[in-house]
Amino acid sequence: MSDGIIRKSFVIPANDFTIAGEASSSVKKMLIQLGADPQKVKKTAISMYEAELNAVIHANGGVAEVEIDRHKVFIRIKDEGPGIPDLELAMQEGYTTAPDSIREMGFGAGMGLPNMKRYADKLEITTEVGKGTVVEITVFLTDNEKEDH
Amino acid sequence: MSPYFHSVTLDEAKCKGCTNCIKRCPTEAIRVRKSKARIINERCIDCGECIRVCPYHAKKAITDPVSIIDDYKYKVAIPAPTLYGQLKSAQSRDHILTALKMCGFDDVFEVARAAEIITNETKKILEEQKFQKPLISSACPAVVRLIQVRFPNLIDNILKLKSPMEVAAKIAKDEITRDKKIRQEDIGVFFITPCAAKVTSIKAPLDKEKSFVDGAISISDIYLKVLSSLGKIDKVEKLSRAGFVGVRWANSGGESTALGTDKFLAVDGIHNVIAILEEIEDEKLEDIDFVEALACQGGCLGGPLTVENMYVAKTVIKKFIDEAKETGFETASNENYHYDIAWTGKVEYRPIMKLDKDFDIAMKKLETLHLINNGLPGLDCGACGAPSCRSLAEDIVRGNANETDCIFKLREKVRSLAIQMMELEAKMPPVLDKDETSEIKSKKRGDI
Repeated sequence: MSDGIIRKSFVIPANDFTIAGEASSSVKKMLIQLGADPQKVKKTAISMYEAELNAVIHANGGVAEVEIDRHKVFIRIKDEGPGIPDLELAMQEGYTTAPDSIREMGFGAGMGLPNMKRYADKLEITTEVGKGTVVEITVFLTDNEKEDH
Repeated sequence: MSPYFHSVTLDEAKCKGCTNCIKRCPTEAIRVRKSKARIINERCIDCGECIRVCPYHAKKAITDPVSIIDDYKYKVAIPAPTLYGQLKSAQSRDHILTALKMCGFDDVFEVARAAEIITNETKKILEEQKFQKPLISSACPAVVRLIQVRFPNLIDNILKLKSPMEVAAKIAKDEITRDKKIRQEDIGVFFITPCAAKVTSIKAPLDKEKSFVDGAISISDIYLKVLSSLGKIDKVEKLSRAGFVGVRWANSGGESTALGTDKFLAVDGIHNVIAILEEIEDEKLEDIDFVEALACQGGCLGGPLTVENMYVAKTVIKKFIDEAKETGFETASNENYHYDIAWTGKVEYRPIMKLDKDFDIAMKKLETLHLINNGLPGLDCGACGAPSCRSLAEDIVRGNANETDCIFKLREKVRSLAIQMMELEAKMPPVLDKDETSEIKSKKRGDI
């Protein structure tokens, strides 16, 4: 951590709902131990959880890379799944492509991306059909950071 | 009163320093040091889980002795509805209340009665729909303290109403002063408690106001007295005033069933409560208006200071609930209560998990913590006195423990020292070197 950044990476397993969310909850725990503002911890936990779950549902899992510094949490979730054909449509609340089997379990309500957008301070999605998706979430830990970055 | 008063304490003589309590503590508040369990004050939420799991009964709750009532001129008992579930031989609630009064009290006031007032107020709040969803019951003080230390984002969800115990004490004092013209300071009101958390909430109230309750006597301490009085009753007094709604509060789900909404969730057992609070905090629980969360499994009937098995108590109390239904007691709804039962104080976040107040130092500590944790065996054996390898790593970066507290690490270290010693042992300074090979060597070298 010589450069003032904590880096962690997590493997997101495919199709395993029982351990989906482990990466986001360990990031949550880290932020709590760092003494981050509870509201920011919540924003990070929810947006990361949604991205993690998307990778589980749609993309056979993936990897999450997390960087925490004094000012922000940066999360990059990469998968090699089917990609998102129409990102604008996917950003709409309630739009879902999750199969029935997933929806029956109470997931896949079409709130994943909208929730990420709502809770992340910065959200960047790069996606290519057939190749995969990279979701980048930034949550600022100090209030005056938005202007600086 | 110190900010960290706790009802849950340790009986040093009985503690063997085993790992049962450290493993079960929901806030990782216990460490074993010098063969004794030590409670970390700022972390303990008085849930009483350790009292329940300790096989040597070394964890106890500080409650008041029954003799405390002698300090007051007019003595009032306010029993938790859980008391009824302990007495399967009693014919009716009036029998129990009469027997309780015979234990030295001048009057008895049911906490179940006050619970009904809280139910009515909660209904009003739910109808107005002006609250942060879901509303979380404040009836269990251990859960409120848990939220305070672990779920800061949920502090605003707590139902800001006084507990049935406090309301019962206030009403009892007001009524007695009014009807019997006795000064408030001469009246002693004593809660007959199923748990330690209630004791803490009397001695060190959350909202930092003085409690209306003057003492707490554990159900287990007064049980035998009540039981023997039951057999000596001449005339049963009509002391019960609560309806079935209030009596049912002793059960998990009792508080929420009374609210007339289906959008509730009732959870009991401190570890289950944590799982649900996590869900609420991460906004995974939708469409729920009210959450009843009780630290003890089975609700207050499963309290650590009760005497009857929780499942048996459930059956027993059902009899009294049904009885109350039959006699058609009026619930509080028709009466006008003018008691202010709103919480006035503020519940503040106490960040017990924070590694350092300075973010940069906390970052360094966290990084070290991960490094240390990766080097630990991950068995969570508890032999170091901490509940898990991770918490040992945390204790080390906080400066409260050493890596060699881990018996595996210690063994590794002893082994590497032993190897080093063996290596050194094999070396011999040339002047002392007398074995054959060295003689050959010296000949070769052309020595004499």
